[in-house]
Amino acid sequence: MTPEEDRHLAVGAYVLYALPPAEESAFENHLAGCEQCRREAADLLRATARLGASVQNVPVTPQARARTLQAVAHTRQDRVPHRSRAPSHRVLRFALAASIAAAAVLGGIAVRQHVEADDARTRAALAEQQARTAGAAITEVLTAPDATVHSASLTGGTAAAVVVSLDEARAVFAAYGLPALTGGKVYELWYAAEAGDVRPAGLVAGSAPNGSHVLKGSPADAVAVGITVEPAGGSPQPTTEPLGVIPLDV
Amino acid sequence: MPHSFDPDARVEDLLARVAGGDHDAFTGVYDALSGSVMGLACRILRDVAQAEEVTQEVMIEVWRTADRYSPERGTAKAWVLTVAHRRAVDRVRSAQAGSAREHRTVTLEPQRPFDEVAEIVQDHDEQRRLHRCLTALARQERVPLMLAYYQGLTYLEVADALSTPEGTVKSRMRAGLRRLRACLEADA
Repeated sequence: MTPEEDRHLAVGAYVLYALPPAEESAFENHLAGCEQCRREAADLLRATARLGASVQNVPVTPQARARTLQAVAHTRQDRVPHRSRAPSHRVLRFALAASIAAAAVLGGIAVRQHVEADDARTRAALAEQQARTAGAAITEVLTAPDATVHSASLTGGTAAAVVVSLDEARAVFAAYGLPALTGGKVYELWYAAEAGDVRPAGLVAGSAPNGSHVLKGSPADAVAVGITVEPAGGSPQPTTEPLGVIPLDV
Repeated sequence: MPHSFDPDARVEDLLARVAGGDHDAFTGVYDALSGSVMGLACRILRDVAQAEEVTQEVMIEVWRTADRYSPERGTAKAWVLTVAHRRAVDRVRSAQAGSAREHRTVTLEPQRPFDEVAEIVQDHDEQRRLHRCLTALARQERVPLMLAYYQGLTYLEVADALSTPEGTVKSRMRAGLRRLRACLEADA
């Protein structure tokens, strides 16, 4: 069995919500690049929903009903966030470069460990969040009615694109022609916010970088996606010059 | 109780209005689906108080994210029950988080039926059809589906519980769901 076929076997466990978070993210990356797999996942999810519909109803108490309706009266709905005009390419490149400088200044080992510990927590939280919201959100980024495509050329002429769905609160990165990296190095994706904040948006295996990858976290406040080469395991902030920055123009 | 919407309105149409911020329509969706959500949460959590909390979380999530539902993806009930399943399973898992979950050894509760087909209610044609199709599955394909869906086990935990290789469990989950789907459609 090829690794690709092997990966696809997980589709059953995926729709049953039975993959551990790390495998779930990996499978979602696989889904993002495979239309046939997305169709199969949607079909199997319908069969899975029948398992839920076959359970005996249990009426809620009038108190519980009143509590929920009361809570909803004070709960704002998620709205597609308003996005202001994206700043120029040059500003973004500067933002990424500035954060590299900041990371260099923070070079002391103690500070670095602290940053990494924070980052590990952030990643755990992200993985958990991703696990929670998986299924519905991710499989549909590429086919979402509001999907927008943003493309750019990276250093060396690699073609790259980011597909954003604000409705799904997800983005997908795709590249062809990225050179394979050696020594366990990885490509790391970054969301850049208008204020210049840069946050990690996921890792791409350096050994097989081409294809589509679901970014970690929501693109809601991002005005650009950047990509850098990082040591194994990734970095909390960029440590190398970006290979490219893809502005997410409205 | 009085509602300012047509009592015969389809839940899908009500949900479309909820997406636009319509509170009355939300009340309609709540009354149509909260019993199913509560039923599924009770089944997975086996605890009425926790199931009630999860039901509230689910219905608030439905209110917040109603604009993500699109009818092409299936019925409103299927969408809401998918949300409910994930929330309930999250709750099961966080309750067990204290005990090093990554590779938790699962002890199947002796008082809980191992193969839960007997618990599938058969009040409606649709439920009878599901029961028939589940019974038609080979036990080795059915049991992993039941353990994952109704008890919230990951495929690794199912493999542990059944002393079956992990890859085999993954394949059987896929094969079982494909067969289940084919049976449900052939029967429809």
